[in-house]
Amino acid sequence: MAQSGSAGLLPGQKSMTLGEMALAVVAAMSAVLWVIITANAWTPEYAFHAGLFAIASVATVFLVLNRYHDRPAELPAQTKDGKPNYNFEPIKFATIASVFWGIAGFLVGLIIALQLAYPELNFGLPWTSFGRLRPLHTSAVIFAFGGNVLLATSFYVVQRTCQARLAGDLAPWFVVLGYNFFIVIAGTGYLLGITQGKEYAEPEWYTDLWLTIVWVTYFIVFLGTIIKRKEPHIYVANWFYLAFILTIAVLHLGNNTTIPVSIFSSKSYIVWAGVQDAMIQWWYGHNAVGFFLTAGFLAIMYYFIPKRAERPVYSYRLSIIHFWALIFMYIWAGPHHLHYTALPDWAQTLGMTFSIMLWMPSWGGMINGLMTLSSAWDKLRTDPVLRMLVVSVAFYGMSTFEGPLMSVKAVNSLSHYTDWTIGHVHSGALGWVGYVSFGAIYCLVPWLWNKPKLYSLRLVNWHFWVSTLGIVCYISAMWVAGIMQGLMWRAYTALGFLEYSFLETVEAMHPFYIIRAFGGGLFLAGALIMAWNLYKTIVTPAAEIEAGVTPALVPAE
Amino acid sequence: MSLWNKHAIFEKNSILLLIGVLIVISIGGLVEVAPLFYLKSTIETVEGVRPYTPLELAGRNIYVREGCYNCHSQMIRALRDEVERYGHYSLAAESMYDHPFQWGSKRNGPDLARLGNKYSDDWHRRHLENPRAVVPGSIMPAYPWLAKNEVDLSHIDQHMSVLAIEGVPYTPEMIEKASADAKAQGTDDDPGAADLIKRYPKAQARAFGEKGRLTEADALIAYMQHLGTQVDFKIYDDKANLR
Repeated sequence: MAQSGSAGLLPGQKSMTLGEMALAVVAAMSAVLWVIITANAWTPEYAFHAGLFAIASVATVFLVLNRYHDRPAELPAQTKDGKPNYNFEPIKFATIASVFWGIAGFLVGLIIALQLAYPELNFGLPWTSFGRLRPLHTSAVIFAFGGNVLLATSFYVVQRTCQARLAGDLAPWFVVLGYNFFIVIAGTGYLLGITQGKEYAEPEWYTDLWLTIVWVTYFIVFLGTIIKRKEPHIYVANWFYLAFILTIAVLHLGNNTTIPVSIFSSKSYIVWAGVQDAMIQWWYGHNAVGFFLTAGFLAIMYYFIPKRAERPVYSYRLSIIHFWALIFMYIWAGPHHLHYTALPDWAQTLGMTFSIMLWMPSWGGMINGLMTLSSAWDKLRTDPVLRMLVVSVAFYGMSTFEGPLMSVKAVNSLSHYTDWTIGHVHSGALGWVGYVSFGAIYCLVPWLWNKPKLYSLRLVNWHFWVSTLGIVCYISAMWVAGIMQGLMWRAYTALGFLEYSFLETVEAMHPFYIIRAFGGGLFLAGALIMAWNLYKTIVTPAAEIEAGVTPALVPAE
Repeated sequence: MSLWNKHAIFEKNSILLLIGVLIVISIGGLVEVAPLFYLKSTIETVEGVRPYTPLELAGRNIYVREGCYNCHSQMIRALRDEVERYGHYSLAAESMYDHPFQWGSKRNGPDLARLGNKYSDDWHRRHLENPRAVVPGSIMPAYPWLAKNEVDLSHIDQHMSVLAIEGVPYTPEMIEKASADAKAQGTDDDPGAADLIKRYPKAQARAFGEKGRLTEADALIAYMQHLGTQVDFKIYDDKANLR
């Protein structure tokens, strides 16, 4: 994207690339625009955001010019010593960001879990109340933690499996920094009460527009790298990444079609209304799960598990079926969030049917991941990183069995609106997405920072067991709470009256909310252990790590 | 056997892979979403559904801002216990002017689809100030700032213009009289109340809180007192909409 400018010049003569010039000019214009908006914004909250955009625009101009000033005349070569000259710097940034946002997101989760047990913890302040913190939690873990993991791993995997340097010079940095800026705007917006009021799509119109620009650049960088690949075949992980990037773009545009009240107002109104808005929201919402939290992380599974187990993917044909069946069926599953509502019955039934069928490709993928361990099962004993990756696939299998079960209308009539859903989401989020991400990060950090191995496998073991205990506490508490809640809501006395008031069902949840918070606390503790381990891996010299803080376990013969 | 080899076409050509993915992911969405916009049976015809008054709209925006949908649904499912606990199951028509919909997905607190006229304004004010003062054992956060902040109605007409573009039947007259209507609705015995009710049938006009100022709590209460009260279920005929 940004390499055309230097063509035809004498060696040693330095000039700006087209990309550098374009970015600097556009950022400068953006700075002017946002200064105007800051001055005229209707609310102080929006003025704050506009100010952040203005500062970020100015910083972009400065960074681009500064980078141009410091860089050598020649852009980094595509190959070095006959090998691809991989671009790892933006990946390092995204990896650290993912750990940071992960811990922040888990912490906010713990806070809101405690708020449900002890409402005083809302403190009577707008920016600490549950309704504003809950979107902060969901966005921080899904988009900030998960998103940075996906950026880091996709940029790593696409380079390695294509044997090519990442496309673009500034573009990869623009994607990584721009995406994290999107997170800052979205997150601070929730605390200030700037929201669209659509679950998992809370950011307002200008934040959505910004994300669109970043996402399209991400798509171009990813596709551009695939196009210049040295391998004839596109590796299976890249199919999943490509489907994830493309589908998220489609969903994002469809579910955020809004008209702002004014360019000086943060408020917009979605063009869809009522039942259509509900359908589009859950078409988006369920496929945020299906493509962001599933397809993207399956790509991680397809690269990191074979790599770590040193075995090829179990079945190539299963991967093909898994891929096409999964992306085809997931899209239909949305209406299972709207059973027995005012959504027409035909749509509900379609949603349920495809959700049940979805069980098959999901388990096909799980089998493909697990069976990759064939003849390498003994590594689970000695390598806690591989154990984390494999357990994540087991959790994937569990929650993709539970999901279709809950999409059956009869089951859903009990489970919907209850904490069972929260438990289900977290068995997928903590067990599957969390563990596969941690496993990938544990692989990536030594690779990226040129270390022979992690600082301590023993700490990985601690992370694994502490957080596993946390997940078990969390999901079992939510199963009991959710099913109890559902049964209490529909309980009748012998005389035919509803047996419990709503408040009695709320009070019955209290002990389970405490157990859930305890489980979440353990999961957070595990993540802190990981952060320490990764920090030590990065700062400890390679030779010292090689000598080892703990002797490695002896592999079985 | 040969069929498997055909897959190499996608593996060797990124653009074909891209087009393949795009086609495969489009089908489900198109089949499920598109018909909702033209099948007449999606939204039943019902008497009484009208757009929100300016004050109710401002209140609804506060409801959205505070993230009430994270804990409260506005969708009573067609199940016996829900109908007995909350009232008649929700109709599609009742949210036809809701941009965005607020059906919710979780009940940390009860459903609010038919909250209107269930509690007094005074109860709501005290409940927002401190939920545990009126409902011991409640886990709802306190919202003391709502009664302190004046509601921002300065651009409410522009909000309504945008909604009008999106298909909400706000007339130019309604938009022009927006701020007068908002004040009339939030004041006791305002001379403009009669006009307001003509434009928005069954609108409840009175001082929802402290007289002389219009707070965010007042707007929110005006919105909540309106929830689920549009359709008169004494005359609503379920059978007419069977399909």
